[in-house]
Amino acid sequence: MLYREAGQFKTTYAADQQIFPIRQDRIGIIALLVVAFIGVPLFASEYWFSAILIPFLIFALAAIGLNVLTGYAGQLSLGSAAFMAVGAYAAYNFQLRIEGIPILVSFVLAGLTAAGVGILFGLPSLRIKGFYLAVATLAAQFFIVWCLTKFPWLSNNSSSGVISTQKLIFFGHELTTPVEKYLLVLSVVVVLALAAKNMVRSSTGRAWMAVRDMDVAASVIGIKLMPTKLLAFAVSSFYCGVAGAMYAFCYLGSVEPDGFSLEMSFKILFMIIIGGVGSIMGSFLGAAFILLLPIFLDVALPFVADLFGLPFASATVSHIQITVFGALIMFFLIVEPHGLARLWQIAKEKLRLWPFPH
Amino acid sequence: MNFFLEVLIGGLLSGVMYALVALGFVMIYKASGVFNFAQGAMVYLAALSVVGCIEKGAPLWLAIILAFGIMTLFGIATEKFVLRKLVNQPPIALFMATIGLAFFIEGVAPMIFGSDPRALELGIVDEPIPWVLDNWNMVISKFDLVAAGVAGVLVATLALFFQYTRVGRALRAVADDHQAALSIGIPLQHIWAIVWGVAGFVALVAGMMWGARNGVQFALTFTALKALPVLILGGFTSVPGAIVGGLIIGASEKLAEIYIPPVMQNMFGGNFGGIEGWFPYVLALLFLLVRPEGLFGEKHIDRV
Amino acid sequence: MSKKIGDVILDLQNISLRFGGVKALTDISFDVREHEIRAIIGPNGAGKSSMLNVINGVYHPQEGRIFWHGQERKNMEPHMAAQQNIARTFQNIALFKGMTVLDNIMTGRITKMKANFIEHALWFGRAKKEELEHRKKVEEVIDFLEIQHIRKTPVNRLPYGLQKRVELGRALAAEPSMLLLDEPMAGMNVEEKQDMCRFILDVNDQFGTTIVLIEHDMGVVMDISDRVVVLDYGKKIGDGEPDEVKNNEDVIKAYLGAGH
Repeated sequence: MLYREAGQFKTTYAADQQIFPIRQDRIGIIALLVVAFIGVPLFASEYWFSAILIPFLIFALAAIGLNVLTGYAGQLSLGSAAFMAVGAYAAYNFQLRIEGIPILVSFVLAGLTAAGVGILFGLPSLRIKGFYLAVATLAAQFFIVWCLTKFPWLSNNSSSGVISTQKLIFFGHELTTPVEKYLLVLSVVVVLALAAKNMVRSSTGRAWMAVRDMDVAASVIGIKLMPTKLLAFAVSSFYCGVAGAMYAFCYLGSVEPDGFSLEMSFKILFMIIIGGVGSIMGSFLGAAFILLLPIFLDVALPFVADLFGLPFASATVSHIQITVFGALIMFFLIVEPHGLARLWQIAKEKLRLWPFPH
Repeated sequence: MNFFLEVLIGGLLSGVMYALVALGFVMIYKASGVFNFAQGAMVYLAALSVVGCIEKGAPLWLAIILAFGIMTLFGIATEKFVLRKLVNQPPIALFMATIGLAFFIEGVAPMIFGSDPRALELGIVDEPIPWVLDNWNMVISKFDLVAAGVAGVLVATLALFFQYTRVGRALRAVADDHQAALSIGIPLQHIWAIVWGVAGFVALVAGMMWGARNGVQFALTFTALKALPVLILGGFTSVPGAIVGGLIIGASEKLAEIYIPPVMQNMFGGNFGGIEGWFPYVLALLFLLVRPEGLFGEKHIDRV
Repeated sequence: MSKKIGDVILDLQNISLRFGGVKALTDISFDVREHEIRAIIGPNGAGKSSMLNVINGVYHPQEGRIFWHGQERKNMEPHMAAQQNIARTFQNIALFKGMTVLDNIMTGRITKMKANFIEHALWFGRAKKEELEHRKKVEEVIDFLEIQHIRKTPVNRLPYGLQKRVELGRALAAEPSMLLLDEPMAGMNVEEKQDMCRFILDVNDQFGTTIVLIEHDMGVVMDISDRVVVLDYGKKIGDGEPDEVKNNEDVIKAYLGAGH
């Protein structure tokens, strides 16, 4: 009875085309933002900020980026981590080489750099599709990481490409505590997530989805395939780039090229598969799930082993983790290809009827 | 010149090793349209099964048979529990499922057989062939030559199997057109199970060769990453394409590793080794821009 | 009917199309006049769909010339056809399966929307205004096709007949001057066919849209079309008004199978 749209009649198209047309959703989002901006900083511990919330938001942003490309525009990429690396190193270099550049400006420039590189590696998508393209994105993954390791200029001549990020100066104030970093990351992620939501609900997003669902029909309707696909690559890489910059500056503080591995790219892919392919909210759900699962297993597995008196090696934990990831991916693809986002939607539909069964 | 030849031949021979892995991809792609990212993990599983059985006291021949049994069971299980449930999903979903499958294998296999790197002794030594060394002053590995021979025998066997057996004919029919094959009474699901079994066998051969050469360890899964550019080059559906693609990638990669870094060093300074990680991909990509269907792939016409 | 058939707007001259060694179309010439309903008929594999694909630039014929409003067209790409106000539907429904009916039809107006992705992302400038304006137009199409009740339904949940109707809606949303329909009534029951006929005639009548139509149902073709061109094995074997074509000996042969 609490969650229902009955009685909320839309009298104008404007009302029907709001970003969240149902009143309860609007209230929910506002409440969530209030909690995230005010509630969480009041109560969460330092561990929560630096080990869970900050990486969660950063990976959610990267997942949104991949979702734009794969979920909306239908171009599978296995190189997301490499574009994060581009963002991280670009932001570092802008900070290093341009005197007094504001941190947010360098994040935006980092995103734009990643977008440029993304367009470059998106060019093959004009001629090749599907698996061929997926394999082609591996080229980006390996080539970019190699370049960052081998060209000393990019890491200011540090050995094997390790960089330590500069101070986070925000309007003359240095952000040092996890709470401050969290608020910075949160603001960036909220703004970019809203922007992504706006893009996918307008004709930009419709063009992407049209290309994804049937490219021949899309071009007959008048959608130019080349700019549409390249825009998806650019926007996606921009998001990954900004995420990468924040990964370096707000999360780890020091990164190396090899850290942006193929495995990280897969992790981001898993986030959108489990969270929901073609859903902005799913990107958040998936990021949370993929980040929390290992933490949960770390705690739960020794406990379970203890319970049954089984011997337990710590190497086994990582093997079980990998196994569970793999099994979950297959499970979701088989049982619920639209991921947690779809489950959430189903729950809402049930809630609409509650407490009556029909 | 001698040095160039030596690098070239060494590259061609290691290309054969890539082709071995690529063959497994081609088998499954041809018969079921699934791009099986887990092929590398299957190579790892196969090699681990062999050393695992040897460790438990089985002689080599028995270990190989047992490993083959494991791979076949695995293939049937994959068909039954994963692929069959994804029949009407878009190919990209199937591809992602095989990434999940790869992770699953990479987690389960070491839990059963242990994860420490081990050697696999097949009785072939990895040393230069004396005759070639004496007469032409070139280092050509005996092992690589044997591997090339094994690959040749494997390809010939597969070709004969496809051409002359009943199952082979059914496989080709399925590869051509699923629906048509179904309509004349070919049991699609059996065929898929068989194909996964055959791909498991190919993985076993590849796993033993790679395992004997580099040791049985997690890095075996990366053989898939080596095989992917081979596939782009050769086309996903062509057995000869996998072989030729493997040779081209192997040779060009080794030549590039020798000749490109010094040039870059002159231009930029610093050390530019290790380009073999990406060079095959970039080569394959450039190739794709010219010929999107690969060397031997068929040109696809969109019907609307 | 009060409509007035105008001048030739599309003129195809000596079109030949090959795929590798296979000849799909051989030396075909015909024209389409403004405001008319022009049917293309012929047995399966006669090259009818290929003909439509040539008209809107999906296929590029090796020989022949195409004139659009008197101007020769060269280097045609599909999206250019859309810019020239040619819309089409497909034999096997080519809707965007992951999207709702509303979004599918909105996509039909995409060439008319000018806001760029930055305006969309920030939801300012033309973005919001355009979405509303075009929504209004799209609702007119939805009203016209009587599909108000399914506007928020994902298209892959709709039955076949309705999907065909939505596809017509997507084409109409572009306000095309020429509409190419590839078997719009295939697989429909009598009632659905009647509805579809009514929509096609209304479109032609109310908006003056020129229609090129492929259809197998001879009753429908003879009833609604102004002129008919008949293809067989990629060659033109008849062209003219329905009555003329009906009595053409080659056409009768092709349809009755005699001589082959």
